[in-house]
Amino acid sequence: MMPLYAVLLLAVGTYAFRLAGPLLGGRLTLSDRLRHLLAVAAAVLLVALVATGALTQGHGFAGWARPAGVLVAGVLAVRRAPFPLVVVAGAATTAVLRLCGVG
Amino acid sequence: MDMRSLLRTLERATLRDIALVCLADALVGASFGAISVSGGLPLWVPVVLSVLVFAGGSQFAAVGVVLSGGGVLAAVATGLVLNARLLPFGFTVADVLDGPWWRRLVGAQLITDETAAFVLQQRGPRRRRAVFWLCGIALYAVWNVSVLLGAVAGGMIGDTDALGLDAAFPAVLLALVLPSLTDRRTRTAAVVGAVVAVAVTPFVPGGLPVLLALVGLLFAGQPGAAEASDGKVPTDEASAGETSEGENDGRPPAGEASERKAPVPAGRVVRADPPMTMKEAAR
Repeated sequence: MMPLYAVLLLAVGTYAFRLAGPLLGGRLTLSDRLRHLLAVAAAVLLVALVATGALTQGHGFAGWARPAGVLVAGVLAVRRAPFPLVVVAGAATTAVLRLCGVG
Repeated sequence: MDMRSLLRTLERATLRDIALVCLADALVGASFGAISVSGGLPLWVPVVLSVLVFAGGSQFAAVGVVLSGGGVLAAVATGLVLNARLLPFGFTVADVLDGPWWRRLVGAQLITDETAAFVLQQRGPRRRRAVFWLCGIALYAVWNVSVLLGAVAGGMIGDTDALGLDAAFPAVLLALVLPSLTDRRTRTAAVVGAVVAVAVTPFVPGGLPVLLALVGLLFAGQPGAAEASDGKVPTDEASAGETSEGENDGRPPAGEASERKAPVPAGRVVRADPPMTMKEAAR
């Protein structure tokens, strides 16, 4: 469950990140090093979410069907397939594998 | 500043690009709403998140952490670290929001990967301002409407596991993050982080594994080096070393074929990819 205070915390923090530039624009500059780190941090978190989301459920393994679906989606995405196809193919692969009895 | 003069200021191609980005984001938004509600969250959570946070990647991240049994604070922390990348974007578009205080307050909420990218592409203050407001307002409207529609649809789905919807969440995120992985150091940092996150999952409380992935930042390297491997300006040092072709990943030099692509600021992640894939498919 996601309580309202959590939503508000995320919203206020995010707004602060957005507002800093327009408010301080002329008086402050960000170093290239910081810009680079922030961009890499975002990519690192998203990839970690993909990996844990694909492979784990709770504290254990999610079974083979889900990572197989994500793998299919990943291959399609690398080949620049349209976004809806990527998502539907991933889910469909997982669904079909489960229908065949794969966990 | 009325809508018609906004439209006249911008080129046709830019307007079409904005429309395509809106279309792509509508699909991502609908997926977000559907995945959140079908995963078991009440309808208001994705809807209020979208109105107040308005940053797709962090919304997916926060909901994903919670749905996988992670702690609420871990979900918020993950979303905030993700959105820290909006900080430099704010400085990038600061000139556009120059003016009365209310314009800064309202405009700030519209800063996203997409609006920053479009502003970077435009020359001249008039165009920069026009593209920011047009793209920002259009995306805000489209994103929130599509999340609501997706959330309503998600409530009608019965057995989500049988439909493989649990695979849809990582699949969406993967499609979103891929374009930011063209830089080799980012890729290394991400892979290290992902391995750490999966490895610690059995042993630490939910939500923490993803945050622990940030140790991958130790492999993030220097900004200058990252730029060279980005294929932008191959400096003499870069081309003198072991790199001849390999570092460029076979991508065209800047200014040729890459010109028609959507503008891509260095930190472009999250809801930024579908526009690209859709555009390439549409061409």
